[in-house]
Amino acid sequence: MSSLEARNASVKRGGRTIFGPTSVQIGAGEITALIGPNGSGKSTLLRLFAGLWRPDSGEMLLDGKAIHSFDRKEMARRVAFVPQETQIDFAFTVAEILAMGRYAHRGRFAPQSRADHDAINSAAAYCDITHLIDRAINTLSGGERQRVLIARSLVVEPEFILLDEPTANLDIHHALDVLQLCQSLSHKGKTVIVATHDFNLVTRYVTRLILLQAGLLIAEGPREDVLGPRTIQEVFHVDAEMIPTKTGHPVYVFHQHTPS
Amino acid sequence: MSAVAQTHSLANVSSRSRLRLSIFYGFLLPIVLLSLLAGVAIGSTHISWSTILRVAELKILPQAWTSSVHITKADEVIVWLIRVPRVIVAFFVGAGLAAAGVLLQALFRNPLAEPGLVGAGEGAVLGGVISFVTGWSATSVLSLPLMAMVGALLALFIVYAMSTRGGVTPVATLLLAGVATSALLSAVASLLLSVNIVNWQIAQEIVFWMMGGLDARTWTHVWLCAPFVVLGIAASLIQTRDLDLLQLGEETAASFGVDVESSKRMLTLTAAILTGAAVAVAGLIGFVGLLVPHAVRLILGPSNRTLLPASALTGGAFLVLCDLLARTIHPPTEIRLGIVTALCGGPLFIYLLLRQYRGVANG
Repeated sequence: MSSLEARNASVKRGGRTIFGPTSVQIGAGEITALIGPNGSGKSTLLRLFAGLWRPDSGEMLLDGKAIHSFDRKEMARRVAFVPQETQIDFAFTVAEILAMGRYAHRGRFAPQSRADHDAINSAAAYCDITHLIDRAINTLSGGERQRVLIARSLVVEPEFILLDEPTANLDIHHALDVLQLCQSLSHKGKTVIVATHDFNLVTRYVTRLILLQAGLLIAEGPREDVLGPRTIQEVFHVDAEMIPTKTGHPVYVFHQHTPS
Repeated sequence: MSAVAQTHSLANVSSRSRLRLSIFYGFLLPIVLLSLLAGVAIGSTHISWSTILRVAELKILPQAWTSSVHITKADEVIVWLIRVPRVIVAFFVGAGLAAAGVLLQALFRNPLAEPGLVGAGEGAVLGGVISFVTGWSATSVLSLPLMAMVGALLALFIVYAMSTRGGVTPVATLLLAGVATSALLSAVASLLLSVNIVNWQIAQEIVFWMMGGLDARTWTHVWLCAPFVVLGIAASLIQTRDLDLLQLGEETAASFGVDVESSKRMLTLTAAILTGAAVAVAGLIGFVGLLVPHAVRLILGPSNRTLLPASALTGGAFLVLCDLLARTIHPPTEIRLGIVTALCGGPLFIYLLLRQYRGVANG
């Protein structure tokens, strides 16, 4: 079983530790949300997992082996990263954007193979963007762009898909759409990690939460273990009220914290 | 949607873009050919088409076949030693600047990036001035393009070092660094020039070169420029997939397996070779590296695999035609080539930009 793991990983910027030391492991097939307030280190941990950043101390491991000992392309084939910023200023077509997902699979001079073609087609179908395939990416709406970028990560045919704030720029309808898509990816056998500050939205789609504050892991596990009113108050500095809903997942309503 | 329909849809797209590409080249290739011929045929002295053909026969075909060809010495000199090298230099300078523009725009993810804007142009000029001032250019003709490339490369590295923090190069900082570096390098070049004004001949030579232009280019200039431009374009062509991904952002590129740092170094080196080769034989000519890739991108889209060769060819033809205008519009005076490129390029650029914005707004 493949796994991603942080072992006492920490990141320094300008001589100051901005993340960690933190240890956490992600097993195959899970759908995990990294949550926490702004600056808590969600994006940092996501980039460490993706191998985009290197820890200044400690280790990041894929299958128990240091991430940076992997060949760059092999790493790219196994772990896909969906950035928060979906704005693309150049008028690449959706087909071209998707084809870029095969970078690590194709030799420098190799033409597009049958496998490349199939991966692109099935990713487009899976994310329901086949009808957009010849549109320029910069003419799409935010929700459509997000789907295209998720499709591009599927084109990679990775084991892990890491998404940085995938719902941040979307209205509620498209946000739920994207989360539904993430959930179905995990049912398909992909390991999905979503970094988000909006835990109200994600809790019903994920199996596990990792709560971070100031670069440190505060709690992890299923929602009920992680997001008690007391923890929310300590980490987010708001009072939270849990309201049961018919889906079985409570929603949180927040109030300005009043010391009692 | 069924699998058949999807395959159909993708196949449709690629055949449509292939058709568009064929139409583009169907127009471009005759234009390239005609511009080269016109560049040779038209000028202050009238040369007939048959004379051109005969000179070409004489020069290209084996001696034994051409013993019956008769042309005057004057015609032969004008065609073969004045017009042909000038047109070829113009073509390769245009192609080099346009290709460098494509590379720099993708690298900096900014359609405004061009050799002149990110320091490369002024760096190449400074390199050239150094090779004049030190006398190296007198000892070896190769020192001029090589020093120009070194200058362009150094300028690009300085700009990078100034604008990169923690592996990230914000575009705005980079462009500001480019402007500042250009100003600094240009000041150093002018300083060297002022100091060497005591040597009138060198100063004159430098000024003539710095002003930019294609007057009195010879076959030597062709050999100083063309091989490097060909090398640079070949090197660019093997990097187009990295370019596409870099254009979407360094982090995205890295996450898909691009070795971003080494890619950027290779691209910087390639852009420096192209810029240096162009500046060495023609001085700094603006607008080509900005305008041509931009225009071609609006027609063919941003994919660098099609954009790069198409821009290089278009840039070549564009500069040949601009040079033709420069020397025929107001004879016997030659207008500076840079003025023509700006005059041709500016309005077209504005038109294309407006059309693009309107297109986006309507879409």
